[in-house]
Amino acid sequence: MISFKNVAKKFGPSIIALEDINLEIQEGEFVFLVGPSGAGKSTLLRLLSREYLPTSGKVLVAGEDLAKIKSSQIPLYRRKIGFVFQDFKLLEDRTVFENVALSLQVRGIIDHEIDKEVEKTLKLFEIWERRNLFPRQLSGGEAQRTAIARAVIGKPKVVLADEPTGDLDPQTAWSVIQLLGEINSWGTTVVMATHNKEIVDTQKRRVVSLKEGKIIKDNKEGKYEIH
Amino acid sequence: MVIFNFVKKNIRRTPYQALTATMAMFLAFLAFSSFLLLALGSQKVLRFYESKPQTIAFFKDGTKNEDIQAIQDALNSTGRVTKFKYVSKEEALEIYRERNKNNPMLLELVTANILPASLEISALTPDDLKPIAEVLRKEPVVEEVVFPEDVVAQLAQATKFIRTIGGSIVGFLITFSTIIIVMIIGFKIRLKREEIETMKLMGASTWFIRMPFIIEGIIYALIGAIIGWLANYFMIWYFEPILVDGNNLFYFEISQILLPVSPIFMLELLMAQVVVAILVGGLGSLLAVRRYLHL
Repeated sequence: MISFKNVAKKFGPSIIALEDINLEIQEGEFVFLVGPSGAGKSTLLRLLSREYLPTSGKVLVAGEDLAKIKSSQIPLYRRKIGFVFQDFKLLEDRTVFENVALSLQVRGIIDHEIDKEVEKTLKLFEIWERRNLFPRQLSGGEAQRTAIARAVIGKPKVVLADEPTGDLDPQTAWSVIQLLGEINSWGTTVVMATHNKEIVDTQKRRVVSLKEGKIIKDNKEGKYEIH
Repeated sequence: MVIFNFVKKNIRRTPYQALTATMAMFLAFLAFSSFLLLALGSQKVLRFYESKPQTIAFFKDGTKNEDIQAIQDALNSTGRVTKFKYVSKEEALEIYRERNKNNPMLLELVTANILPASLEISALTPDDLKPIAEVLRKEPVVEEVVFPEDVVAQLAQATKFIRTIGGSIVGFLITFSTIIIVMIIGFKIRLKREEIETMKLMGASTWFIRMPFIIEGIIYALIGAIIGWLANYFMIWYFEPILVDGNNLFYFEISQILLPVSPIFMLELLMAQVVVAILVGGLGSLLAVRRYLHL
């Protein structure tokens, strides 16, 4: 599903963000990316979102070389991916319902279909009661659930989550992980960058450890190891 | 529909900027429609005088019909005349009464005796007016000769002046308004940079992101244009009775040519302003989008 082949990413001549990355992620996998700050986790996710292009090597998603996607086709590619962020990135002047609906609106889906789909998703994520509230009126957990609902309502093949539990209390963080696990159980590939040792250690999922831009460990049922 | 919801939220979120943009647009379009009306009006007056070249000879009291007939024969022989119209003292009084029907004071003071009889001579072309006037001035029974050679020259000069100055002012204001739109839309784009980034990651197309900003610019220009047009319509309505007032002969003559302003013409003016507004608003916001929105 996702393939990094000899990927390097440099910023300017001296800053090496990623180096010699070879990584294969199968369809339906749940992968944790761990590592200290500056290890290259976010850069790796940004290569997948096609915000960055690799300096060398290839990044392929579903067999498609991301460097070869034309600018006009990037939105179509991104509709296959769901993004979840640490700071939620919800649109502040839109309600929960509108934030989630936006994901379908950008796809050009008709209003009637959007209403039905958003209702179904918000009920599934247990935030239907909060549909008319604005992001500032939500708790951290509710905001993140809204963000995840927005990420998955378009039925993406891959969900990229960049520190989704970073701003949440432990209990809420666990509920977010359960939610991502459930999404993974539908067959969606989930790649999650995190610093949360407790979550990684108890999940018994594949863990890719990065350090100074290189993969130092890649274990099937790994632990949080960054040395 | 989605894009219009975005526009609505953008405007509601920054109402003072929206007000500033609309007011700048209003001033620009008020000036635009005012100068356009002035230019078209003066052009129409000029054409009227040019298309109806006419000399008027006022006769001394006691002028006989034979004298007038002799003058008509002399003028006919020049081949420069298309029509004669004799206005007797009584007819002149009727015209005077009609023009001053709202002013009883003026009506009381004037009788047919103090008004001169006159002969209106329509010429083939404006160039014929001067030779006709020269013939008339030699006639001893003619008290005064009036022909609009000077009026035409002055009107032509005034029309040129209005076009040049008005065009320059309108050009400046349109440029100024476009820059205001660029600044306001540019500011809004910077304000929403994070949202735009999020929308890009959600797979929003370039035009899905750009279009609300472009429509917003067009809406400001359209509202300004419509309010400017309404203000002009109001001014015409307000000043019409003053122009029609018969006390000032010049105003009266002008008002006969220009008024009432046809609603069809005003609708055409509105349409013209709407087109210009779409161009100004669209161009301004498009420039802002190209300058500040890197997708």
